[in-house]
Amino acid sequence: MNPQSELQSTTGSAADAQPTLAARLKMLRAPWVWSFVGAIGVGILIAVVFGISIAGNVVLTALVFGVFMVLVGLAQMLVITSGPGNIDLSVPSVIALAGMIAVHVMGAYGIAAGFVAALAAGVVVGLANYLLIRVLRIPPIIATLSSSFIIQSVAITQSSGMNAPPVALETFANGHLLGVPHLALIALALSVVIAVLLHLTVFGRGLSAVGQNPRAAWLAGVGVEATRCKVYMLSGGIAALTGVLLAAVSGGATLDMGVEYMLISIAVVVIGGTQVTGGRATVIGVWGASMFLFLTNAVLNALGAGAGVRSIAYGLLIIVVVVAAGGRSARY
Amino acid sequence: MTPSVATGLNVRNVRNARLRALLPVFSLVVILVPIFILQPATFSYFGLGLLLNLAVPIVFATLAQLAVITVNDLDLSIGAFVSLTACIGATLCVREPWLGIVALIGCVLAYAAIGALIEFRQIPSIVVTLGLSFVWTGLAVLLLPSPGGSSPLWLGSLMTYQTPLIAAPIVWSVVIALVGHLLLMRSSAGVRVRAAGGNPRAMSRFGWSMVKSRAILYGVAGIFGVCSGLSLLGLTTSADPNLALRYTLLSIASVILGGGEFVGGRVSVWGAVLGAITLTVAASFLAFLNISPDWQVGMQGVILIAVLSLRVLLQRGGRR
Repeated sequence: MNPQSELQSTTGSAADAQPTLAARLKMLRAPWVWSFVGAIGVGILIAVVFGISIAGNVVLTALVFGVFMVLVGLAQMLVITSGPGNIDLSVPSVIALAGMIAVHVMGAYGIAAGFVAALAAGVVVGLANYLLIRVLRIPPIIATLSSSFIIQSVAITQSSGMNAPPVALETFANGHLLGVPHLALIALALSVVIAVLLHLTVFGRGLSAVGQNPRAAWLAGVGVEATRCKVYMLSGGIAALTGVLLAAVSGGATLDMGVEYMLISIAVVVIGGTQVTGGRATVIGVWGASMFLFLTNAVLNALGAGAGVRSIAYGLLIIVVVVAAGGRSARY
Repeated sequence: MTPSVATGLNVRNVRNARLRALLPVFSLVVILVPIFILQPATFSYFGLGLLLNLAVPIVFATLAQLAVITVNDLDLSIGAFVSLTACIGATLCVREPWLGIVALIGCVLAYAAIGALIEFRQIPSIVVTLGLSFVWTGLAVLLLPSPGGSSPLWLGSLMTYQTPLIAAPIVWSVVIALVGHLLLMRSSAGVRVRAAGGNPRAMSRFGWSMVKSRAILYGVAGIFGVCSGLSLLGLTTSADPNLALRYTLLSIASVILGGGEFVGGRVSVWGAVLGAITLTVAASFLAFLNISPDWQVGMQGVILIAVLSLRVLLQRGGRR
């Protein structure tokens, strides 16, 4: 992927850039590596302490439930990459709303219609978020928060007469293909699509440019506002997909099923090595960070740590990672 | 630049500054007038006291957020921090007052240390405080696994103290705003720390320490956070680790509503206090409207959007 190609180009030009090579290699240090080092380290720790078979089971669970972290992380990553200050706090409420809509529509009109309705709802929320930010010039953090309040209310009105998702969808969501959970495959496919979108398309390059310097991007002919608009719509769509899958796996949509993903979506993006000030995203880092956080949580659970200790460990982990990564990113 | 252009700019700046100062007052009036029309009884000592019952802790939390925003940072942990200090107040301060006070001082020092760390390592505050919010919540859960505890007696009597003539929350808010305004806007130390947000490079060239400024502002935020937690505890008389989580975003919204900006050290203490009061009143306003409980949360969002867009419309008018 991208970091590799960058590495090759450096070694190619090594001859004429002798003095700065070390500095340049340091700059190119792939930020996503650390999350994988962490995840594998924790994995080995589980294998050593609890035995290989238990470790295998834990990793398999991680591939089901850690996948939701990946999905919300991807949504948040796109928004954060579009520049300083951009953040989507409506992810949890979109998850709840999409789950509700999907379950209802699927009950009445079939699975495909449910998917379409839920995704459309997510995209519409994304568009509404963007309009609040653009037209009313409300800072993204408050605009998405306000809209999430409204979405919560809409979701509450939809929650009457709870019913379970169709059996076919539920069995599919909990099924495996060649030992790999279906959900992990879906997330993998989506990740590949987003990686291609980010690194190989005009939209993705434009997004990076907008994130690094919107004015320079505008002068270079990038549609800054169009890019931002698409990013919020994509984020809403991915959050909606997460909501549908979450409802499918857990046998029904609940109003608070997205709550824990608000902070986690940001944590996963940051630990994964995406630049917080925007302009540089890493899809693979989101995977590493999700697995890292999920496995750490599993270890703490297995050790019998209570909710308080787990929360403290989570927080310290985030702070340590950011402090260790330090100064590389420009602040705002 | 010709003198006439310079004065033109100057006049416009002054007008913008004046508009910015008027906005929070205007939005408060816009919220208050319909309430007084719908419920004339609220325009009295007890009515205002009830309407603004929870204003004091929100005002404190807003000033904590304001201190952090002054230096171009954002504090996503203030809600969790306020909950933690309320939990400390409800457990340690009742059982072993000395230990409680040491714990609260420790919290403030931790906040200052985090500020220094953010400057020292040049890391984004939003992420560090996000991590911190997990830490504070975890500590609060360890201290008080289930909602409960009790408020120290002196705290309860302080918060329920009846001031003569004007309802207590208003008196408190004015006093807090006055102290905050004098400290941040009028004292030389205040000007210095505001410069840290306005022009960090100029500041470090002048030989003032950025690490020190950030640590001071975060420490001040910690002190206001402790005040917020304790005053909230005095009002609710019991604590819970999730008591004040919504304060994080409420405080950010109040600062912005009060005319503060995310960048540039441009903040207004009076504006932020008015913003906090506006949002408190807005929450009480919903109770008068008789809307269904399903839509209570949604209406909060609508009011937030309406009030903030009001601010933008007025600013745009001022620019023209």
